[in-house]
Amino acid sequence: MENFGFSLKKSRTVNLVHADMQKFDQLIAAVPSYKRCIGCGGCTASCSARQFTDFDIRKVHCYFSRGQYDQLEQELQKCMLCGKCTLVCPRGVNLRSLIINMRQILSNTTEILG
Amino acid sequence: MENFHPFVLPFVLGTFALFAICIYKYVRWIRQFDRLQRAIILKNIFSVKLLPAIWEMFTECLLHLRISKKNWRLGYMHRSIAFGWFLLIVVGAVESRIGTPKNFHFWVAIFYRYFHQAPPESHTAFVFTQVMDLLLLYVLSGITLAFIKKIHSRILGMKRATKHTLMDRAVRTALWSIFPLRLLSESVSACLYHNGGFLTQTIGDLFSPNVAQFLEMPFWSLYSIALCVFFLLLPFTRYMHIFTEIFLIYFRKLGVKERVKMTGFTKFELSACSRCGMCIDGCPLYKDLGIMDVQSVYLLRNLRNLEHHKDIVEAGKNCLMCSRCSEDCPVDIDLMSIRRISRDKGDLDTDGNYQYLQKVKSFNSIGRVAYFGGCMTQLTPAISSAMEEIFNAVGQKYWFMDKEKSICCGRPLAQQGFNKQAAELRRKNTELIHSSGATALVTSCPICYNAFKNEYQLHIPVYHHTEYLDQLIKSGKLKVSKGDLKVTYHDPCELGRSCGIYKEPRNVLKAVATLLKTENEKEKSLCCGMNLGNTVITLEQQTILRNSALDNLTAPNPDVVVTACPMCKRAFQHGGTSVQVKDIAEVVAAATKKE
Ligand code: SF4
Ligand code: SF4
Ligand code: SF4
Ligand code: SF4
Repeated sequence: MENFGFSLKKSRTVNLVHADMQKFDQLIAAVPSYKRCIGCGGCTASCSARQFTDFDIRKVHCYFSRGQYDQLEQELQKCMLCGKCTLVCPRGVNLRSLIINMRQILSNTTEILG
Repeated sequence: MENFHPFVLPFVLGTFALFAICIYKYVRWIRQFDRLQRAIILKNIFSVKLLPAIWEMFTECLLHLRISKKNWRLGYMHRSIAFGWFLLIVVGAVESRIGTPKNFHFWVAIFYRYFHQAPPESHTAFVFTQVMDLLLLYVLSGITLAFIKKIHSRILGMKRATKHTLMDRAVRTALWSIFPLRLLSESVSACLYHNGGFLTQTIGDLFSPNVAQFLEMPFWSLYSIALCVFFLLLPFTRYMHIFTEIFLIYFRKLGVKERVKMTGFTKFELSACSRCGMCIDGCPLYKDLGIMDVQSVYLLRNLRNLEHHKDIVEAGKNCLMCSRCSEDCPVDIDLMSIRRISRDKGDLDTDGNYQYLQKVKSFNSIGRVAYFGGCMTQLTPAISSAMEEIFNAVGQKYWFMDKEKSICCGRPLAQQGFNKQAAELRRKNTELIHSSGATALVTSCPICYNAFKNEYQLHIPVYHHTEYLDQLIKSGKLKVSKGDLKVTYHDPCELGRSCGIYKEPRNVLKAVATLLKTENEKEKSLCCGMNLGNTVITLEQQTILRNSALDNLTAPNPDVVVTACPMCKRAFQHGGTSVQVKDIAEVVAAATKKE
């Protein structure tokens, strides 16, 4: 490995080349506005669920976009879908739709009828 | 056999099949009612609630008064076909019964002019003949209008008529041909037996007897076949609404409501939709964005036919839940509940998601009102500050429940089909409110208000702050001064159409400012576009909706655009208008007289 003059903790490295991006691609197809996210964290700052827990919606979608899907399903269940994040997002990301779609993709469910 | 001819067979067959299929369907649906709905029916089945139901069946299923109120031309069209046909059957039955002393069969009533081959014998018979012709003319006028509507709906005051399926169109052709065929059949018989009225006799006299002789059987047979086709296909098409609406009115009067999942009652509602298309023109998604396949009429149709599962899910999601269509629907179908049912999230809707809320404790609020700003009010703190000012001005002790941390009311989840999760939040909030001992709940957000009022079962009264302010001003507790401010008021969807609060905010505004009228207000108010109902449209599309709502509000040149919803306020604030946007609480707080 090149010597960059700093070291990387093994546990913190993400190998994007080998990441499974299929789910992420699905997500982008369902919620194209997510492409505009700049990772500012406005969503997390406004989040109602975060006022009670350490739930971090920016972290969740950030992990998702790197193909790290572990534990995200359980995390996302904390969201109350109140919509504050969507309203504050400076980039117009449709976060509520993003959250529902992430949950659907992770759990492989769709709406049922009747 | 007397008073029989084989040409009546298709009609007889069609009639029996129609009743058999309808009874089968209705029994099946009634069995799909859930326990609570059945209990309500059993409890009220013999109550006096039946009487208004019968009246409503008459005014709606036959006279179509609600449609007439919205569009008199459409009203006339529906009334002439429904009520006209009904009278044709009733008067025809009486006439034929009197005129057929023996061997009366029910089909004689329908084909009376064929079986009664003699001119009217008495004065009464003569009057009957003329009345029957008049009624036929009445129905034919309705059919003509229906035909015009199909060619050019604008003549009947509709921008866009429903796009029907092939099956619906086929049955419509059968229906439309029934009455012209009846006219022709009776006319040729009138030519032969001189038993016609002013209309059929006049037309009949145009035929030569030979031609009439030749045409008589084909015409009567075709008439019978048209009836048969219509009756046979009716239960599988939109025309099922004719009978279903009667039952729907009855169940509704008994107190049956939609539940969170699809029930037999939903099936009745779905089938009571006549696909009249009156829910299309007002829909902001159609009006401003040109989206044409998601409106309630199509959602209901897809649900009923359960065709294309994917389409249902997509159409179901793409809706603002602005209630405009519910307002316009002449059948008064609970469209918002059906929309929500179509969004049921199934296994994704999990239990126990919010255990982290367990540690949240309530505050001893005996003698206080609980104030629930709502999540969105946290993003528009000027509203809650104004409310706090007002509470202090009237010396009302209050508990600001979600000042620092906000638990959502659950409605945004419910709207997206997460019913269990919404219920969990409702349980938590209910527990907090009840254990606090607060005497009333005031909320600033119409979404929360709708939830607390209609989805929760709180033991204390719930007020939206517009109602609360109205009471304070009326009772003289809050002294306000009327400035020279000119304002327009935006009716938020969830407060106006969903909860019927139109009067209170206007009273309040008239006490503090000059209220200007706008073109689309009250029931016709336009959605601000930013609401939580729709997760599909893009920000750009929301902006278009917002702009059209804002244009309506700024057109009369007000100093301030006033709203009563934190969400609408935020939407309009970012609308780039030079006019100020304020919540009604802020306007009142500013006009409060300081002692
Ligand atoms: S607020 Fe919007 S842009 Fe910022 S991190 Fe959240 S989603 Fe991304
Ligand atoms: S919708 Fe969910 S993620 Fe967004 S602010 Fe509300 S609780 Fe947080
Ligand atoms: S939902 Fe109501 S308004 Fe819409 S087509 Fe059906 S009956 Fe007409
Ligand atoms: S609720 Fe509003 S957006 Fe949805 S279909 Fe009805 S009118 Fe259209």
